[in-house]
Amino acid sequence: MWEQIAANKRKSAFLVTVMALLLGALGYFGGEYFMGKGGGIPGLALALVVWLIMTLVAWFQGDNVMLSVAGAKRVEKKDLPILHNIVEEMTLATGLPKMPAIYVIDDPAPNAFATGRRPENASVAVTSGLLKSLNRDELQGVIAHEMAHVRNRDIQLMLFAGVLAGAISLLAQVGLRGMWFGGGRSRSRRDSGQDGSGIFAIVAVVLMILAPILAQLIYFAVSRKREYLADASAASFTRYPEGLASALEKISRAPEKLASATSATAPMYIINPLKRANHMAANATGTHPPIDERIRILRAMGRGSFADYDRSYMKIKGVNKGVIPGSALKEETGGPAPAREHVSASQREIARQVDDLFYRKDGYRRIECSCGTVLKIPPDFGSDTARCPRCGTTHQLA
Amino acid sequence: MIPLLVVLGLIVAVIAWLVGIYNGLVGLRNQVKEAWAQVDVQLKRRFDLIPNLMETVKGYMSHERETLEAVTQARAAVSGAGGLPERMAAEGGLTQALGRLFAVAESYPDLKASTNFLALQEELASTENKISFARQFFNEAVMRLNNKVQMFPSNIVAGMFNFEQETFFEVTDETERSAPKVDFS
Repeated sequence: MWEQIAANKRKSAFLVTVMALLLGALGYFGGEYFMGKGGGIPGLALALVVWLIMTLVAWFQGDNVMLSVAGAKRVEKKDLPILHNIVEEMTLATGLPKMPAIYVIDDPAPNAFATGRRPENASVAVTSGLLKSLNRDELQGVIAHEMAHVRNRDIQLMLFAGVLAGAISLLAQVGLRGMWFGGGRSRSRRDSGQDGSGIFAIVAVVLMILAPILAQLIYFAVSRKREYLADASAASFTRYPEGLASALEKISRAPEKLASATSATAPMYIINPLKRANHMAANATGTHPPIDERIRILRAMGRGSFADYDRSYMKIKGVNKGVIPGSALKEETGGPAPAREHVSASQREIARQVDDLFYRKDGYRRIECSCGTVLKIPPDFGSDTARCPRCGTTHQLA
Repeated sequence: MIPLLVVLGLIVAVIAWLVGIYNGLVGLRNQVKEAWAQVDVQLKRRFDLIPNLMETVKGYMSHERETLEAVTQARAAVSGAGGLPERMAAEGGLTQALGRLFAVAESYPDLKASTNFLALQEELASTENKISFARQFFNEAVMRLNNKVQMFPSNIVAGMFNFEQETFFEVTDETERSAPKVDFS
């Protein structure tokens, strides 16, 4: 698993380099086209500046923006003890240096995401719809998947790749528009005659049309690979692939659509919050692999090791090449799955805790009666006393 | 002059390489220690939660004297255990005694309706999970260290500085939960 991070870094670094070269080429040829001969270097510099600014903005605001756009609220152990415990369990399984902060989004669509540039300041966010529809094992699978993203440094990578794809798309759009309106110094090209700038023009046009598409495809490919890896890691952390498989099944069946997701934040979610159906086209143009394929791989893997996942992946996909870096396969202890204590009625309990949380956020008062009933008093309750409906005890509210 | 510089350069490169291996080994050894500390924290936490649990269930489960006493005794065995192997055996006994207690608790609807009990049950169950996960990570850390200590070329450095292999934390008598196997072929 340790080695796996390094191997991921190398492969992803290659793809990101390709994207960076695309950006550079776009800047260079665009410069040559618009600024005339010798404009390549300033064009390249311009592209780098655009990219740098976008990176800095994303780098310093990434977490906060994503959490606030999603309307996420920070929760502590007293708010949702079960969720807190699950995150703590996964922190131990992943060996992360620090437990991520936990956020809850009040949205009926079941989904979850992780943010944080470094594992030390990561956050995981889940929707209330997710908490209410999953049992403890399933929730553990989802949290394990999200924390695998943190642990495998996926968030950093997807942020970086996303900014690159964004910069390429921005420059190409500006360029194409400029060309359309005959902007720049394109007239000077005609004046100077045959100095080879016609080739530059053709290359520039082709790049402006193809580079954004290519960058998007690379971005999607990287994203999908990380999803498989996060699934495999989640299975190896929990040693219980069925938990995540069953969670994915439930999430994919939910009819609700997440209100706050955008295409920029989509790769961070456990399933693509924007695309509901499993179209064939989703294979090349989606941030996530088709969900029923992910479920089938998880269900066919048996035990929870990386090797099991890899075998299952090759069998389900009908390919000879696995998705897990070879170095990760050598580093496994395998070993028995940890014994799990089953907490009875935990799904109901989680749902109750979520309800309590949002009642509290809405200003409801909570009174525990001696008979075991819990009274929830709305903030605009007219009376100073409340009567327990079960045992008849009168409680003073003042 | 130039051959001398080349030789010097080679020596520096080899030393840097050895330092890298040495530091890697130290890092792995520290990780094993740190991972063990995490297991220990969770074992202690479980130990501390038990009096609270006993206090809560006592009133409901007065007919289950044996089950309750088994937990108390298992806990006492943990605090009385001497060496590490003995302690691990005692911790395993405690896991089993607690498992029995929660199994028996299933047949007490009043107890299961108590929010206090439910909270404690979640805490203890989660602590059991944490012990398992911390142990799982500890074993992985041990695996990484042992690999380095055994494999060439790091085994040379490990031999020079007396890095030793660590032992895995195995638990006997564990109720392993196997995932359902589904075959789609």
